[in-house]
Amino acid sequence: MSVSDMQPPVVDLEEQQFARAKRRESIAKWALPAIMLALAIYSWDRIVVWNDIPHYILPRPGLVMQTLTADWAMLSDALWVTLKITLMALGVAVVGGVGLAVLFTQSRYFEMAFYPFAVILQVTPVVAIAPLIFIYVDNRLAGLLLCAWIVAFFPILSNTTLGLNSTDHNLRDLYKIYGATRWQRLRYLQLPTALPYFLGGLRIAGGLSLIGAVVAEYVAGTGGIGSGLAFRILEAGYRLNIPRMFAALLLIAVTGVVIFTLASLLSHALLHKWHESAIKREN
Amino acid sequence: MGQRDELLQMSNVDKVFNGSVEALKDLNLTVNQGDFISLLGPSGCGKSTALRLIAGLMRQTSGQIIWNGGLNEGDLGVVFQEPTLMPWATVEQNVWLPHRLRGKSMDDVRGDIMWALKMVGLENFQKSYPRELSGGMKMRVSIARALVTQPRLILMDEPFAALDEITRHKLNNDLLMLRDKLKCTVIFVTHSVFESVFLSDRIVVMAARPGRVSAEVTVDAPYPRTEEFRTSADYADLCRKASDALHGAMNQHGERASA
Repeated sequence: MSVSDMQPPVVDLEEQQFARAKRRESIAKWALPAIMLALAIYSWDRIVVWNDIPHYILPRPGLVMQTLTADWAMLSDALWVTLKITLMALGVAVVGGVGLAVLFTQSRYFEMAFYPFAVILQVTPVVAIAPLIFIYVDNRLAGLLLCAWIVAFFPILSNTTLGLNSTDHNLRDLYKIYGATRWQRLRYLQLPTALPYFLGGLRIAGGLSLIGAVVAEYVAGTGGIGSGLAFRILEAGYRLNIPRMFAALLLIAVTGVVIFTLASLLSHALLHKWHESAIKREN
Repeated sequence: MGQRDELLQMSNVDKVFNGSVEALKDLNLTVNQGDFISLLGPSGCGKSTALRLIAGLMRQTSGQIIWNGGLNEGDLGVVFQEPTLMPWATVEQNVWLPHRLRGKSMDDVRGDIMWALKMVGLENFQKSYPRELSGGMKMRVSIARALVTQPRLILMDEPFAALDEITRHKLNNDLLMLRDKLKCTVIFVTHSVFESVFLSDRIVVMAARPGRVSAEVTVDAPYPRTEEFRTSADYADLCRKASDALHGAMNQHGERASA
C-alpha cells in the first residue's frame, strides 16, 4: 500500500478527504476508548481526593491496584476457581446446547416434547433455583457448575437451533436430489449454516456463564479453600475491606472482557473467509 | 430431428395440491436423448412443478414418469434460479458436492471437478469463495456442479432469469456450446420467449389453471446457433410463432376463467 501511495496517482480532493477521515477513524477507534477510560479513572481519583472520601467508602484507583498486588496470592486463587467454573460451565453449555439443538432439528416431536423444559429453565431466575440446587446437590463444585450451566446453555441452544433450521431451501432440495443421507445433510449443510448463529450464541453464553458462576457462588456462600471471587467479595464486604472488593470486582470485569474478546476472535477466525458479518466492504 | 433414443416418458401426469389446486393436469411429455426442451409459460402454469416431479422432489397424484433404464445415481443435474452455492465452501468444494454425497473423496474425483470447471471456463477459480465471484460466475459454478457427474438429464429452472441481459446472452451462447460438446439432454424452464427460441429444439408451451401443455413449437433452426442467429429473420419468425403460442395459452386460460 505505502509504495503505491508514494507514486503520484490521480487522487482528487474528495478521495483525499476520504483517506484522511479513514485514517482519523482508525486511530480514534483505539485512542478514544483508551482516553475515556483513563479520564474516568482520573476523575474517580480526583473525586475521592477533593471530597476527602475515606478509603473504606470509596478507595482511590491506586489503592485498588495496590490491594490487587498485595492480595494477589488469595485473589489469584479465587480467580482461578471462578474461571474454572465459568469455563467448565461454558464447555458443558456448548456440548449440551449444540447437542440438544441437533436432536431438536432431527426430530420435530423431540423438540415439541422438550423445548418447554428448556424455556422454563431459562425464564426462571437462577438465583431462585440455586438454593434448591445446593440442597439437592452435595458436591459444591457440581452445584456451582449446574447453576452456571442453566444460565449459559439457552442462548447456545436457541441460536444453534435457529441456525440449523436456516438452511437454504434450494440447497436442501439439491441435497435431496443427490440422495444425501440425514447425517450428510447435517454435517455438510446444516452445521456450517448454523456456525455463525452458534458463534453469536457463544459470545452471549460466555458472559452469562461468568454471571452464572458468580451468582451461584453468592448463593452457595460457603467459604474456605476453593472459594471464588464472588465469595471473596462477600467476605471483604463483611470486613469492610472495600479496596479488596474493588480489586476482586476488577478481576471479574477483566475476565468477562477477555472471554468476550476470545469468543469474538474465534468468530472472526472461523467466518472471515465467507460470512457477510466478517466482510469489510469498500465504500 | 433424427430418431433419438427415448430417455424419459411422462404420461397422464396429474398433480393436485390441497385436494383442489390442479398444478398439473394430464401432462404428457417424451424426452429423447439429446433434446433441448424449454418449458415456456406464465407463472402458475406448473412448469416448476413438472421439474420437481422429474427431479423426484415430489410425487405425482396420478400418472406415470418412466425413465428408460431407471433413474440411477448421478443421472440428474440441477440448476436453480439462484446459484445455490454453499458460501462456506470454495468453488471446487461446491462442485465436489454431488460426488461427495455419494461418498467419493476429493482426490478420487479431482479430475471430474477440473473438467467441469474447465467446461464453464472457471478452471482458475477453484480455490475462490462464492462471494468473490460475480453473479454470472456463480451461475457457471452452479452449472459445473450440475455437469460434474455427467448426468443423463440436466434440469434448469429459470437459471438466468436473475442475470443482466449481457451476461444472460453470454451464458446462453456458452450453454449451447456445452450442449454441442457434451450432447447432453436439457429441460429448461423459462418465461422468456426469446431465450426459449434461441436455446431449444422443442418448446413446450404451458397454460395455467390447471397447469397443462397447450402447444408444442418445434424450433427447426440448425445448431450451432450464434449471435448471428439472434439477429436473423428466422429467429424473429420463430419468436413470433412461440409468442403466438404463448398468447394462445394465456387466452385459453382467460376463456376458462370467464366461462
